[in-house]
This record gives sequence, structure tokens and C-alpha cells, in this order.
Amino acid sequence: MDGKLLEAKDVSVEFKIDGQYQTAIYKLDISIKRGEVVALVGESGSGKSTFAMSVMGLHNADQTRVTGSIKLNGDELIGLTERQFDTYRGVSVGMIFQDPLSSLNPLMKIGDQIAEAITIHDKQSKQVSQRVQKLISDVGIVDVQRVSQQYPHELSGGMRQRVMIAIALANEPDLIIADEPTTALDATIQAQILDLIKEIQVKKNAGILLITHDLGVVAEMADTVAVMYAGQIVEQARVDDLFNQPKHPYTRSLLRADPSEVNSGDELYAIPGTVPALKDMDHSKDLFLKRVPWLDIAEVEAQIDEKLQKISDQHYVRGDAWKNFEFLEDR
Amino acid sequence: MWRTVLRRVLIMIPQLILVSILIFMLAQLMPGDPFYGSLNPNSDPATIERMRHAAGLDLPWYQQYFKWVGNVLHGDLGTSYVVNKGWTVTRIISQRIWPTLSMGIIAAVLTYFLSITQALLAARHENKVIDRVLIVWNTMTSAVPSFVFYFVMMVLFVYIIPIFPSSGTGIDDTQNFSTNFFSNLKYAFLPALTIALFSTNSIFQYLRSNLLDQQAQDYVRTARAKGVQIKDVFRKHILRNAFLPIASGIGYSITGILGGAIFAETVFGYPGLGALFVQALSGRDYTVITALMLFQGVLALLGGLLSDIISAWVDPRVRVK
Repeated sequence: MDGKLLEAKDVSVEFKIDGQYQTAIYKLDISIKRGEVVALVGESGSGKSTFAMSVMGLHNADQTRVTGSIKLNGDELIGLTERQFDTYRGVSVGMIFQDPLSSLNPLMKIGDQIAEAITIHDKQSKQVSQRVQKLISDVGIVDVQRVSQQYPHELSGGMRQRVMIAIALANEPDLIIADEPTTALDATIQAQILDLIKEIQVKKNAGILLITHDLGVVAEMADTVAVMYAGQIVEQARVDDLFNQPKHPYTRSLLRADPSEVNSGDELYAIPGTVPALKDMDHSKDLFLKRVPWLDIAEVEAQIDEKLQKISDQHYVRGDAWKNFEFLEDR
Repeated sequence: MWRTVLRRVLIMIPQLILVSILIFMLAQLMPGDPFYGSLNPNSDPATIERMRHAAGLDLPWYQQYFKWVGNVLHGDLGTSYVVNKGWTVTRIISQRIWPTLSMGIIAAVLTYFLSITQALLAARHENKVIDRVLIVWNTMTSAVPSFVFYFVMMVLFVYIIPIFPSSGTGIDDTQNFSTNFFSNLKYAFLPALTIALFSTNSIFQYLRSNLLDQQAQDYVRTARAKGVQIKDVFRKHILRNAFLPIASGIGYSITGILGGAIFAETVFGYPGLGALFVQALSGRDYTVITALMLFQGVLALLGGLLSDIISAWVDPRVRVK
């Protein structure tokens, strides 16, 4: 099993749109070891959440086609039936979602929502209420009794996200997928929630797939970073390497567009254009180059290798454009 | 919870006053007066004038209003001039309410049962044949005037398959209806079923789109991520959330249950409050008309109160602390 907790190989995801399958993720490879935090970074529409939903098997089967291989602890997940998937979801993989208010059932008490995550997999469990209370206090909520009797709308955003984390942790999963876990929260609460996730990850030695567009969160949390663009990984590296020696034009643009990296007064870099629509994605090219207006056509349209190139230990980049890429202002 | 209810009840007092003024003024605006149609056209105008004076109909409208309100508060809704001449309106209504109540309850229960079943079916099979059929059916039944269906049902279940009586309640005097409540249910059933069959549209459409809406909510994804099976997510999470607005609407069905069904009662010759209203209108029986409108107004206000109580009861977000 070579220590790999999650191993995704050649994963492609296609959505059926107007009767035609459109590729949202193209031949994605990624792996996570126990105790490792892997961040998946990219703009909206780059396919980060789509990949997470594939690992959870939460795509609408009628309108989605997932191919390739996703192995969790060595077990193949692709091709499982809904019922088979239900034995993994919430047990081996727990998921934390972006908006903790809409992600909790407004009509169910907090305690019941956490209890459901336990009883659904362990109908005989006798200590459900003790386990629920333990989980609530594990995520840093002091007033356990009262909170378990409350409804989601009675809690603050930070408290709700703690509850979501408690639900994800209910069965001590090996892998935790955190999809933009702090995006909907206040800046002050963000740090607390990140600390909590980190603390739990260290304590349980779980692997984390962290999906975010916030590079500050990446720098704080991740061991390895994969940068996604238009359904593909364009660069993957250890977190220090990525921040210190970004190679791919997209990674460099992202870092340049990060407000926290800019000294006050400097003009903030904005990447021109938007992520292409699914039907316009030709994955034999480096799709990001379309958004670099100062490059010549030949370079933008050049066919490139499907596979990432290894440029140093644990540092992979897609295409060749990075070799002589320069920002317009720096030329 | 009790404070919410108390506050709502207090708000109802000015509403009631407003409703009573409006109803009284509408009645005043109606052409003619109670004696207009009931007397011989050759009657002496002086006699009519004397009768109008005796009934207090020559007083200014506000004096008439206060007299009327004062009487209503004492439980005196006046005396019928036309429909059951000489009877008190209270007596007429308390007789007619029983047929209306039995039919109203059956109709309301059947309506909810039929529309909820149809909505569940349609939502579970979105865009499949059954969904399309139900949408077309419901749109059609709400587009065609209801009395058309009443005649169709009558022909079907009275003449072609004679399993129901065509009209009436089976007893000459509705006075005995309350004592024969259950034996008379078969007279109530056909009109009630007919009403229910053809008035499912609004609840059906509403619940169907609610169900589809709720299925796409984030909390459904959370439940799936916990490992809850799809059918259990539907049962434990989606249904309750989708039912919220429907549940609070149940309060308003009280106006239909107690207020009577005008078309159905008239077509089926069923002696409830709806038929009474038509009789009173065509006979210009002022006291009966105003009493029935006031009754309807009170029912509507009570329906609103009931709906608010139900929503506070089923939805924790509505409860006022």
C-alpha cells in the first residue's frame, strides 16, 4: 500500500450538458499520505470542488461520468454503487463544506445532526449521546449541553463550522476533505478554525485534502500544494518550493495577484480574462496561456505533453511555457 | 411561543374592526333593500316606509353600523327577511354549518392527501412521464372552471355508476343534520371528493417545486456525505423542509372547511353555508349576507392566526424568544 491514503490516477470527470459530455477534469493525478495536508488551489471553475465530489461519490450519476482510478486505502472508489459508497462516506472520508449555515439542516438540533453521522453506520451503538458530547467538546465548544439542544440558526458562523467539523470527524475518518472551510467565516474566526483543523489532523494523523483559493490558508496549512487550472494540475510542489520558486505562469500570476503579498501602495496584479467554459477546454494545450495577452500565438497554441514534468524532487510543472515566461512589466 | 400567539391575537382586534366596517359598507352599497324583492310591487309606498322605519333602515349609516355591531357583540346577527323568513340568522347558520363542516373536512383531508401524493410522485420522478402527466393534469384542472367538473362527476357517479346520491342531505330538515352526522357523510362525500380532485393544483405545484428546491440544498449534500442513503435523506431531511410552507398554509384551509363551497354546494344542492350565501344574495337577504361575510372575515383572520401558530410550531426559526 506504500503509505498512500488517497491515490487518484488519470481521473477525468465529464458533465452531461445538453446531451453532450463536457470535460471538467482531465487526467488528474494526486496522492495524499497519512498525516499529510495537500492543498488544491485554483480559481472558481478550475475543478477543485468537482474533484472532491468525485472522491465522495456525490456527483449526480445520471449527468456525470467519472473515469480513471481513485483509491482510498487501496480500495477502488470509481464504479462503486451508491450503497457501496455509503459505507465509505462519513466513515473513511469526512467532508467539511464551505457554508456551514446552509450545510446544516435548519430543522434539526445540532446534537441530532451529529448523532445521525454516528448511528447511520453503527445502529447498535449505545454510547451515541456520550460520543456526540465528546465530539462537540473536541471541536472546542465549551457549552456542550446547550449547543447540542440548539438549532443551526442559533449559533454563530464559527460555531456552526465547528459543528460541521464534528460531523466530519464523527467516525474518525482517515481522510478529511475540507472544501473552502474558512471562506464563509470572519477573518478572526478563520484562524481559529484552521488551528482546529490542524490540531485534529496532527492528533488523529489523518490526511487532509484542503480545497481553497486563499494562498494564506495554503501557506499556513499545507505540506504539498497542487495548483489547478481548467481541470488540470499545472504545478505541484512542496509548499516552500511553490511559494519560493513558482514556475508555471499561472502559479506565478496567482502569487502576484495575492493581496497579502503586496506592499501597501503597490498596484495589485489582476489576471486578465476568466477560466474558459467547459466546451472551450482543449487539454492538449496549456490553457492558461490564452490569458497572457503578450505571448505570441504560436506559443499559446503549442501542443504540450499531457504529463507533468518533474523539474526537481517533488516539484512538477506542466508544459514548457514556464521556461521563458515573463510578466509584461518585467520584460 | 405563547407570547407570539398573544401578540397575534391582539393584532386581530383592529383587523376585526376594519373588516366589520368594510362589510357593513359593502352591504350598504348593494342596490335596493330587504323589502324590495319580497313585497308585492303594488304595495303602498307608505307601508314600505313604515317597515323600513321599524327595521331602522332609515337611520344614517353610522348609526345603523353601531346598532349592528352592538347586536353582533351580543350574539344577535338579526333576523332573516327572505331565506327562512322570521328565523334568526344565528339559528340558520348553526343549522347550515353542520353539512358544510362534514363536507369541508372530507374535502380538505382529501385535497391534502391527493396533492401531497401527486407532488411526491412528481418530484421523485422529475421530468419523467408521470411528472409531466401530473403537471398537465393539475394545470388543466385549475384552468377549467370547477363547476364543469362538478357536472362531469355528477353524471359519472350518479347516473352512469350510481353509487352516490345526486343531491341534498337525505333529510328534509337540516336541523337534524348534527345528530345524523355520520349517516349523512355519503351525501357529503361526492361533492367533497369532487372539490378535492380538482383543487390540488396550488399545493401540488408548490410542494413539487419545494421538494426539488430542497433536494439541491447544501444540507442534503452534508447528509449524503455522512453516508445517509438517498431515500433516508429524502425522508428525514428533505420532506420536513419542503413541507414547512405547506404546513403553515393548512391554517387557511379553515375558511374552506367552515366557510362553505359556493359552487359545489349549489351544483350538488347541498344545504351548507355556500348555498345559503347564494340564496341570500339572490334574495337580497341583507342580514344573512352581512352575517355570512362577517363570519368569512373572522374565519380568514383565524386562519392567519392558525397558520402563524403552526409555522412557529414546525419551524424553530420562526419562534420568538
